[in-house]
Amino acid sequence: MSTEEPRAVDPATPRPRDVATAVPVDPATAVLERFASVTAHVTDNRQPYLLVPAALIVDVTRFVRDHVDIRADALMSLSGLDLLKWPGAKKGEFPFSDLVMTYHLFSYRHARRLTLKVQVPRTAASVPTVTAIWPVAGQFEREIFDLYGVDFPGHPDLRRIMMPDDWVGHPLRKDYAYPTGYGGVVLKRDGQHFDDGPYADPALPKPAKPAAGGAA
Amino acid sequence: MTLEAVTTSGDLMRLSMGPQHPSTHGVLRLIVDTDGEVVSRVQPDLGFLHRSIEKIGECVDWVQFVPYTDRVDYVCAMNSNHAYCTAVEALFGTDPACAVKVPLRGEYIRVLVAELNRISSHLVAVGAMSMDLGAYTPFLHGIAQRETVNDIFEKTCGARLTYNYVTVGGVTHDLYVGAEDDIARFCTELEREMLRFNRLITTNTIFRDRCAGVGTISAEEAIGWGLVGPSLRGSGVAFDVRKAEPYGVYDRLTFDVPVGDNFAGSRGAKGDSYDRFVVRVLEILESIRILRQCLKDMPKPGPQDKPADPDTGWQAEVKKVILRPPKGEIYHRVENPRGETGYHLVSDGTKIPYRIKIRTGSFTGVGIFEHLMRGIMIADIVTIIGSLDIVVPEIDR
Repeated sequence: MSTEEPRAVDPATPRPRDVATAVPVDPATAVLERFASVTAHVTDNRQPYLLVPAALIVDVTRFVRDHVDIRADALMSLSGLDLLKWPGAKKGEFPFSDLVMTYHLFSYRHARRLTLKVQVPRTAASVPTVTAIWPVAGQFEREIFDLYGVDFPGHPDLRRIMMPDDWVGHPLRKDYAYPTGYGGVVLKRDGQHFDDGPYADPALPKPAKPAAGGAA
Repeated sequence: MTLEAVTTSGDLMRLSMGPQHPSTHGVLRLIVDTDGEVVSRVQPDLGFLHRSIEKIGECVDWVQFVPYTDRVDYVCAMNSNHAYCTAVEALFGTDPACAVKVPLRGEYIRVLVAELNRISSHLVAVGAMSMDLGAYTPFLHGIAQRETVNDIFEKTCGARLTYNYVTVGGVTHDLYVGAEDDIARFCTELEREMLRFNRLITTNTIFRDRCAGVGTISAEEAIGWGLVGPSLRGSGVAFDVRKAEPYGVYDRLTFDVPVGDNFAGSRGAKGDSYDRFVVRVLEILESIRILRQCLKDMPKPGPQDKPADPDTGWQAEVKKVILRPPKGEIYHRVENPRGETGYHLVSDGTKIPYRIKIRTGSFTGVGIFEHLMRGIMIADIVTIIGSLDIVVPEIDR
């Protein structure tokens, strides 16, 4: 980490100061000062995080990466979360709404963490990609696209990564319907075929009774 | 390598490397567009080993999930157990009322088994990399030493690959009688073996020149592409979670963090495949140092560590307790052989996890393939896969 190239700074963001201050500023405070629509929260077990509007995520992540006192040069992890079954969930009210992306950032220079969250409605889940900020985001975003069905506009190669390309549904959503089969193979439960769902094979006969247990 | 389709467009030929290719370290498939011997594009095709471990995590309780972490990375299952259990303990620790206290001897045993497994995992990594490049003998030497580790683990917990030994609150039971002697003997033997291994392969001119300058990754690239562990340190970034965010008893132990420094000399570059190889070899030696310190400092078994009657003793009390962590979330990470393994745990206060997200080193390691493998020779793909130490179950989970 000895070499440090000056990065191109987007004109929309303030120019980072050239010299690091003796006491590095608190990352959350700096972000809150710069972006009025970002709000600070804590989780139920007092872990601080910043809630960022989806449209601002690229600006905010570029700001925290390039700010000389924050220098969040690594995206440790990017995880999705479905709040559908969260206790007391009420639609349309944060934090009880829909899908949440959590960006765990780390600064190798200052050895400090920063957590950002983006909340999007499940019906129109779309978050701008941050692959331009950290290339590693491409992998994480593909995973979330696959398992949560979140669209990342601007992603260079947004495809399913774990599941087959023709899979129906996004498995980690809390309202995911378990498949009844795949590729002509029909799953059975209690000796009876599933006879509905996206993978039901119309060519297979439906068993008349649960005890019939005919082979697929 | 199977010739799947002959041509795509222009002069490019599309090859399918894997998923049954021996040098792709498991069920990894690479779609390689080549122009003769020169690679123009590599696309990893993942998901062959997807077992939906994260989804399963939302159906079992917090402790029942531990055996599944074995399967996240079965080359270092002890470390995988350790990563998950420390994360759960950190989640409990956010509420002082339900903090989990691990006995000191338990912490030392965890570090002992984690470092033993790190050694065996690195031996497989460096052995398999040299085998991929045509040197079969070092692999067998590595596997022979790994057998000793497996024997120790088998005597400890009965399993040779997936252990389920480290658990929330400590380990499932104490080490067997004589384990300390076995580990001390293994350290001495391994040290001698590593000298032979280094003479055989690490300092071998053919091998060194083969890896020098192949797959060079700069420090900025490594950070931006999310490389972790030895792959990150190979690029010269002296970062180790055991040092930066100590967990367990790592803050009491003295060890160095080896970093890549153009070990191959004039033909190499900082952050090439040879640097990553050497960093792993050096980490084996550091792990031996850690093992010896643990053996020296580890407290003797106290009354709470003695085996009790599982039906009437304290274990029966423990069995009755159902773990309910506080409502909330945590991101906790540890240093595994393949780098930082992070757990993002979300709890809604019930005994079933609300969400378990596993961030693994191989998953991000695969992400750099397309960027790194442009304009290289086909044979160098194998070198780079080996040097990044990809383990496929960890990618697909």
